[in-house]
Amino acid sequence: MKKRDLKINVHHLTRVEGHGNILVNVKEGKIEKCTWQVPESPRFFEAMVRGRHYSEVGRITSRICGICSIGHTLASIKATENACGIEVTEQTKKLRRILKHAENFDSHILHTGILVAPDLLGAPSVFPLIESHGAVVATVLRLKRLGHEWGSVIGGRTTHPTTPVPGGFARTPTKDELKELRMKLLDRLPDLKTFVEVVASIAGNFPTFDRATEYVAVSSDDEYGLYDGFVQTCMPDGTKERFAVSDYRQVTNEYISPNSTAKYTKHNLDSYAAGALARFNNNFDQLHPKAKAVAEVLGMKPVVTNPYLNSAAQVIEMVHSFHESVTIIDELLGDNSYNVDEELVKPARFNSGISTVEVPRGILFHEYTYDKDGMCTGGNCIIPTNQNHGNIQLDFEQLLPELLQENKRDDEIRLAMEMLVRAYDPCISCSTHYLDVKFLH
Amino acid sequence: MAKPKVGFFDFTGCEGCQIELTNYGDADFLELLKHIDIVEFREAMSEKADHLDIACIEGSFTREAERKRLEEIRKRADIVIAYGACAATGGINALKNHTTDFREYVYGKEAGSSHLQSNDKALPISAAIKVDYNVYGCPIDKYEFLHIISQLLHGETPEIPTYAVCVECKRNETICLYELGEHCLGMIALAGCGAPCPAQGVPCEACRGFVEEPNEESLEKVLQSAGLSKERAQTKSRIFTANMRSEA
Repeated sequence: MKKRDLKINVHHLTRVEGHGNILVNVKEGKIEKCTWQVPESPRFFEAMVRGRHYSEVGRITSRICGICSIGHTLASIKATENACGIEVTEQTKKLRRILKHAENFDSHILHTGILVAPDLLGAPSVFPLIESHGAVVATVLRLKRLGHEWGSVIGGRTTHPTTPVPGGFARTPTKDELKELRMKLLDRLPDLKTFVEVVASIAGNFPTFDRATEYVAVSSDDEYGLYDGFVQTCMPDGTKERFAVSDYRQVTNEYISPNSTAKYTKHNLDSYAAGALARFNNNFDQLHPKAKAVAEVLGMKPVVTNPYLNSAAQVIEMVHSFHESVTIIDELLGDNSYNVDEELVKPARFNSGISTVEVPRGILFHEYTYDKDGMCTGGNCIIPTNQNHGNIQLDFEQLLPELLQENKRDDEIRLAMEMLVRAYDPCISCSTHYLDVKFLH
Repeated sequence: MAKPKVGFFDFTGCEGCQIELTNYGDADFLELLKHIDIVEFREAMSEKADHLDIACIEGSFTREAERKRLEEIRKRADIVIAYGACAATGGINALKNHTTDFREYVYGKEAGSSHLQSNDKALPISAAIKVDYNVYGCPIDKYEFLHIISQLLHGETPEIPTYAVCVECKRNETICLYELGEHCLGMIALAGCGAPCPAQGVPCEACRGFVEEPNEESLEKVLQSAGLSKERAQTKSRIFTANMRSEA
């Protein structure tokens, strides 16, 4: 290995949601600095919900994130329902599961098709690809529109959904609307197949890098964990352990890092990962057969320890969410007791409640306490991107020496580090807001 | 005429209004790109530009360090658009403005660390730089945004409604939520969204801000008549309009 100097200073990393910096300083071959910084402006949501009525809290915490606002809304109203002794109907649960699938699909197509694809195709953004790969970009935009329309049928809209509220839905979609949605989905199936083929054809461009870490995800006996379930961890050797949602703090163990306005987390190891790859590693067996088939084409079998393949796991999940939603829609359409005028379930009490939901970027926790009048007295939200910051840092600490050992060029090292962060699909405004790489020569 | 160069910038916010840009589908989005060049957009692209015809700025002004970045964008841009509620009014971020302990509540004893600094109040970007036009709403209405861009491309002054959301509900023939025993802020909320929330059975929270000279006193009375406690009626509209209320 050459005794080289290297400085990388990426201030406000591009093609990620929120603001982050990458800072690297290598002097005569010795790494003096290799840091992932999160300088996003803090937003103080936990303080903002205090004094707000239980019916408003979901509308407030939805605004934590523009991309995962469906997941935040669901996590929030589920925690509120838990606090208020509300048990929603099976119909509500099914509709919420479709909504959750829509969000995962919508966010994953945005991430893989618009933010990551340029790296795999050697472009700085999606805009030059309109010239060079016009048909693929049009396919991605149609699939993105599908995700948006899919979520809007159930949730009113996808950015800060309006209809999901504590106790059920303020407005329930009609059977005709569900039929129309089913048709829209099936109309886009050829586009989805094309997209999967394109990804499979360039999957060789995902960098090779492996680091054994712990994977944390929602897990359920009923389905591939997304909408509800236990907290499960999967160790690099495949050993799994489950925790009740009420014990989530035993898993998250938040702490404050000087590199970040976001709080970090750790469990059995010095860090853990959340997100599509964590779900894939924890719950692979429950994927839809068509999604498993895509995993096989991509050569992925749990436990996958290459973080760059989080984006590939997202594509597998898109296929899963697509087919699972069609199945749930068929169940609802075949249900003679489907009730478009279903009343909201009213609170039985006001107390404390917790919930977990998988958002596109990983496991999310919301917790609130209400006073006797249903006014919120406190909250806690633990966001997936925060849970990944510590893991990104430890990936960096293994990746940089490997890249230096391989005598990679400065620009190659910078790109590999940027792509690593992007692979986690960080949602930093959620976690607070920031991404910036700095190399020093 | 060369296509106008447009940039998107983000400050303190959720970036949901930028995400709305990706929801047009292939036909509308590719058509839009025939009329404007998106030359800078950190969330979606790595390229950067020097001069901008239009800068769309998302997010509110919450940290003193953001002032310089805002001023630099202002210098590079002919037209600055406050893009979305956070930029236009401070939005949801201002919901903590009436409190003083929010830092300690979230960060505990580490709250004083310099890297966690945040101003006492979240403000619209107009508190730091001159803003030419506002796109209101949380999130924006993506078709209203197209309309505003279209008016600018035609050399017109964008028209933003000045009436209340109630007008739109009447136009939509939406049954008033007060008739259903609920409450709503539609009577003092700025319209332009098409009033989707009351139509879906959820109250308008005035995410676009207040109309000019809102009658807050009457609002409180109406809210109390709908069964809200005095305190709740007084604080109800704080979610999105903290900077526009008489207490601000």
